[in-house]
Amino acid sequence: MDILLAIAIMALGAVVLGAALGFASIKFKVEGDPLIEKIEAILPQTQCGQCGYPGCKPYAEAIANGDEINKCPPGGSEGVQRLADLLGREVKPLDAEEKPKQIAIIDENTCIGCTLCIQACPVDAIVGAAKQMHTIVAQQCTGCELCLPPCPVECIRMEPIGENIDNWKWKYPVVEIKAAAMSAGDTPTGGAGGIKEAA
Amino acid sequence: MLMNLFTFKGGVKPPTNKTQSVTLPIAQAPLPSRLVVPLHQSIGGMPQPVVQAGDKVLKGQLIGEADGWISAAVHAPTSGTVLEVAMHVQPHPSGLDALCVVIEPDGKDEWIAREAVDYKSLPPEEVRERLQQAGVVGLGGAVFPTHGKLTASKTVPMEELVINGAECEPFITCDDLLMRERADEVVRGIGIFRDLLQPKKVLIGIEDNKPEAAAAMRLAVQALGESFEVVQVPTRYPAGGAKQLIRVLTGKEVPASKRSTDLGVQCFNVATAYTAWRAIAHGEPVVSRLVTLSGNVHAPRNYEVLIGTPMGELLKLAQPHPDTDGIIMGGPMMGFLVPNADVPVVKATNCLIAHSERLFPPKAPEMPCIRCGSCAQACPHELQPFEMYWFSRAKNFGKTQEYNIFDCIECGCCSFVCPSRIPLVQYFRFAKSEIWAREREKNASDQAKARFEFKQLREEREKADKAEKLAKAAAAQAAKKAAEAAAAAAAESGTVPAVAAPADAPSATVNPEKEAKRATIEAAMARAKAQREAVQPKNTENLTAEQQKAAADIEARRVAAHLIEPEPAAAADQPAAPLDPKS
Repeated sequence: MDILLAIAIMALGAVVLGAALGFASIKFKVEGDPLIEKIEAILPQTQCGQCGYPGCKPYAEAIANGDEINKCPPGGSEGVQRLADLLGREVKPLDAEEKPKQIAIIDENTCIGCTLCIQACPVDAIVGAAKQMHTIVAQQCTGCELCLPPCPVECIRMEPIGENIDNWKWKYPVVEIKAAAMSAGDTPTGGAGGIKEAA
Repeated sequence: MLMNLFTFKGGVKPPTNKTQSVTLPIAQAPLPSRLVVPLHQSIGGMPQPVVQAGDKVLKGQLIGEADGWISAAVHAPTSGTVLEVAMHVQPHPSGLDALCVVIEPDGKDEWIAREAVDYKSLPPEEVRERLQQAGVVGLGGAVFPTHGKLTASKTVPMEELVINGAECEPFITCDDLLMRERADEVVRGIGIFRDLLQPKKVLIGIEDNKPEAAAAMRLAVQALGESFEVVQVPTRYPAGGAKQLIRVLTGKEVPASKRSTDLGVQCFNVATAYTAWRAIAHGEPVVSRLVTLSGNVHAPRNYEVLIGTPMGELLKLAQPHPDTDGIIMGGPMMGFLVPNADVPVVKATNCLIAHSERLFPPKAPEMPCIRCGSCAQACPHELQPFEMYWFSRAKNFGKTQEYNIFDCIECGCCSFVCPSRIPLVQYFRFAKSEIWAREREKNASDQAKARFEFKQLREEREKADKAEKLAKAAAAQAAKKAAEAAAAAAAESGTVPAVAAPADAPSATVNPEKEAKRATIEAAMARAKAQREAVQPKNTENLTAEQQKAAADIEARRVAAHLIEPEPAAAADQPAAPLDPKS
């Protein structure tokens, strides 16, 4: 009799817990793979296909399925580092040459208005119409170079984005070793330069 | 003082070094040999040039048009000729170039027609518009377009208008002299701000080391019958920071990520009030400002300087000592060494300090942080610089943001007190600009992703649309054929005996289709034939006999010269062959 009671209790427990698990799996279902989204957030979204996949999302999926993390030249070595941090993998040197950020420029005198580059641009950053001059919306250009091969007159060139006042960054403060060796026992001076009482 | 003052935490008391440059009244700086006027002199949109090389301009003529609401116009500081609109080095720590209008003065200093107006008769929008057109920006150093700050919040009632005459940075005395000598116009300018914002109270904060300025302002306020309160605040750096002055005068602490307007407080610099008055009541745009020349010079003094004057040329007026090795723009706490002596004076230039190693001995190198906490005690924003330093140094930018690095006003108090001589502010600037750069990149990549996804969506949609269209056309065609077939079947059934009809019924459903196909092919062939016949060279009809003869001659000559093969007569029939359905 006791053994039957024990079995009944265990069976009841199993049914209750099973129901709870079943409910949870429906109620808290995770749509899609959150890892792919996290990987995709790190990728630079140039959609250039230099990794061998047709866009950043397919590459993110491939990474999630075990592909190498060093195939994204626009992401640079920093991108590889961040992917390695996210996935707990080893940092690898980039599988290609790291280029500075650049944008495409159309030589408008040479452009024949064939619209091939417009079709190739993954982010619709080229405006123009058939037999009309095309031009690139610089703010939208990701520098993916996908417009270069289709151009029949080779009027598109890539130009690195130079430093200007708007995108200039303060540099990491460095200590000059020579200066460090020279000084010893100087009184502390502060601010953007110690201030003495002027004469 | 009648008023109860509050206090802000932290702050430092560096030697003020202000007495040297206040002994002499404001002088007019002579016209320089050429003026380099940067177009982007305020926060916000980049003004577009409206002049080109060779143009003659008058003093106060518009040369750069404001781009958007948060942007201010730029004007020619004197009359002369535009030499070029080109990139020149900016008074900016980066030493990079930006677009400037270079003007060669003609020496006449001839004004454009100035329109003085009584602002009280104008609607507020027009006053703001005029201020934007006159290029009035915050002259305390932040150069935020003033008109953008003159719209009262609809949700929060405007309590206090704070006028900043504290001028807490060492060496700088331009606001002091302005208040001493031109208090009347400053107070009138404050009147404009008061009328636009309708605050309950107007407080003018002046550090107590400027008693002459405070007295002059009080006198002007009384003379004009205004109810502004001139308040002397304790001298402590950075009492002139907007948030610090608001704290001292009103006791309100502006929380992180909020603006003072959310608390019903707005703050303007005294020099901004002065230029606003000149712009409205005299029609004079901002083409000059007061600049303190001080530091390692023989004759420190305040000058009224045209915007665009090269700094080196200007500093010569104060006779710098021979060991001068650089120019600091701004004060010694927040200023920076300009890239070279040719950079122009801009609206943000309140002071030029001749730099020498005697005056500013080179800083001893950085030592490790001992976490003494002096920086946290000195920070006027109650931040923890030693923590932010640690994370900035480690490039852990997320953590620096957790410690509210964006509340840092880069006043330099922490660096000033650091016993290990760590250039803390430099680390914070580095961290901030890295975070901004990442933000920009993130925005760009988000945008790229959205655009890419939209493009894919669009291509997909176009494909679907096309397929749908084709399907529709096919369906229409099929329906038409079915109808034709039905008609044909009906015609046939008329001749065929009625008994056979039911037996043929199953095959009839197949037959009409074949029938219809054949019919359409035949129709297509007929159309093609008709088209071929229609396409006869039009210019060969209605020829006169002479023309026909000439054409025949030409043809004959061509044949004789073997230029063309004589056209085979059968060629015309050739294209019909592939159309034959049986082949």
